[in-house]
Amino acid sequence: MLEVKDLEVSYGSIKALHGVSLNVPQGSIVTLIGANGAGKSTTLRAISGLIKTRSGSVTYSGEDITNQPAHKIVAKHLCHVPEGRMVFANLTVAENLRMGAYLRNDKAGIAADMDYAFTIFPRLKERINQAAGTMSGGEQQMLAIARALMSQPKCLMLDEPSLGIAPILVRAIFDQIVAINKERGLTILLVEQNANLALGISHHGYVLETGRVILEDSAAALLKNPQVRAAYLGD
Amino acid sequence: MSSSPAFLNGAKRWLLVGIVLAAVVSMFSGQFNRYHLGVIVDIGINIILAVSLNLINGHTGQFSLGHAGFMAVGGYTAAKISLVVSPMLPPALQPLLFLGALIAGGLLAALAGFGVGVPSLRLKGDYLAIVTLGFGEIIRVIVQNMEAVGAASGLKGIPKYTTLGWTFGLAAVTIYFVTSLVNSTYGRGFIAVSDDEVAASSMGINPVRYKVTAFVTGAFFAGIAGGLYAHHKQFLSPTGFDFLKSIDIVVMVILGGMGRTAGVVVAAILLTLLPEVLRQFSEYRMIIYSLLIIILMMARPQGLFTWNRKKGAA
Repeated sequence: MLEVKDLEVSYGSIKALHGVSLNVPQGSIVTLIGANGAGKSTTLRAISGLIKTRSGSVTYSGEDITNQPAHKIVAKHLCHVPEGRMVFANLTVAENLRMGAYLRNDKAGIAADMDYAFTIFPRLKERINQAAGTMSGGEQQMLAIARALMSQPKCLMLDEPSLGIAPILVRAIFDQIVAINKERGLTILLVEQNANLALGISHHGYVLETGRVILEDSAAALLKNPQVRAAYLGD
Repeated sequence: MSSSPAFLNGAKRWLLVGIVLAAVVSMFSGQFNRYHLGVIVDIGINIILAVSLNLINGHTGQFSLGHAGFMAVGGYTAAKISLVVSPMLPPALQPLLFLGALIAGGLLAALAGFGVGVPSLRLKGDYLAIVTLGFGEIIRVIVQNMEAVGAASGLKGIPKYTTLGWTFGLAAVTIYFVTSLVNSTYGRGFIAVSDDEVAASSMGINPVRYKVTAFVTGAFFAGIAGGLYAHHKQFLSPTGFDFLKSIDIVVMVILGGMGRTAGVVVAAILLTLLPEVLRQFSEYRMIIYSLLIIILMMARPQGLFTWNRKKGAA
């Protein structure tokens, strides 16, 4: 469904990605793990059009979307939940969700998706009229994911959903990521520092190091791989 | 959702209140002496300027210091049109001419707004402020050297078309337009862009279009305000549009609470009246004025009127 080939990205004269290739099959959860600065977020940002690529290609549902502007890529139902949550702090929970449905006009569908968002994250319903900026980090992350779902994505890219969040909420969020994948058939590309957690819910994994894919395997195999265990799982 | 018609009602109510107020005040305009009348018109013009700048600086989160520049473009355009065309027209058609001149001024200012809006796509915060400041100064210097509009000695003999009715009618239209724009589904995008551009674009919102729209719309109404000003003072001089004028408007927006239309309107009224009330202190006037602004900012850094902070920004 999503295919990235030889992606190269530079920040000024510093090369961040040296030809990253990956493949995300429809209906799967694929995870990118790696240390800080390995290029995980950069890969997602390049796919979603937030930064320009130098070379390489991004193909989504058979269409070349390389270097298209971010707002056009969202319209193709490929949605990115950026790192650090980035909810609209001054808008309420309900308004944030409605903002997620910015490109849609079907009132009934929007209402149904909002109900679905409240089913998977009941906390959001409790805080429906609260300004998003006043919620806890975990709640904001829930909102960011729910808001992305409002745009009816077929493929969802999540950047560090566990970052700076209380462990109990991290569990809840990851359970729902699995549920979204199963119930809605959403393809998910996940970027995580918490490799154990991420590989635990994924089908397939890629290990990034200094802008290159150094390892690729099924998630179960990566979890057993001694190299991965030593470097990322704290063995 | 159910809240949007209520918002529209709110905006329409503003329009109605404004127009009724304008009509009532106009009826009594014979009672006022020239000085009071002048101050009241100044208030209306400043309301238009502040509300339109609020769209750029408040709702969309840009930082423009060039509003006086847009005002100058609109003012000089409208004034020049009136000066050239009015001798050829019978008196009955003069209001029509005035409206046409105002709109032409607004459109030219909007074009300038487009020109400034485009660089703003690459710049943020302080840098954008400097660019818009530079733009305002460029306009002023161009006007200062343009013989067709009187150059440094100013443009004289502009017909006195601006009345209370015109001023407050157009102020009501400005408030109506800006509030209904921002509170529409489309307009939520302005607030989204000011909150977080990355998040906005990952919602499918095009930040570029919103920023340019904010600049173009804001500049249009600043141009209208400039036209009203020209036909109110009957004399335009480049020094009236220096960056201090822009800063005056920015202060109104900040004091009113960025993105709060009602607050910005009240701040525009207060800050127009304040220097007039302080006239009795003669040479100490501006010192007291500045001190009062500092005290107000320290006491209410979030803006004077933020209690009506409800859904989003109104």
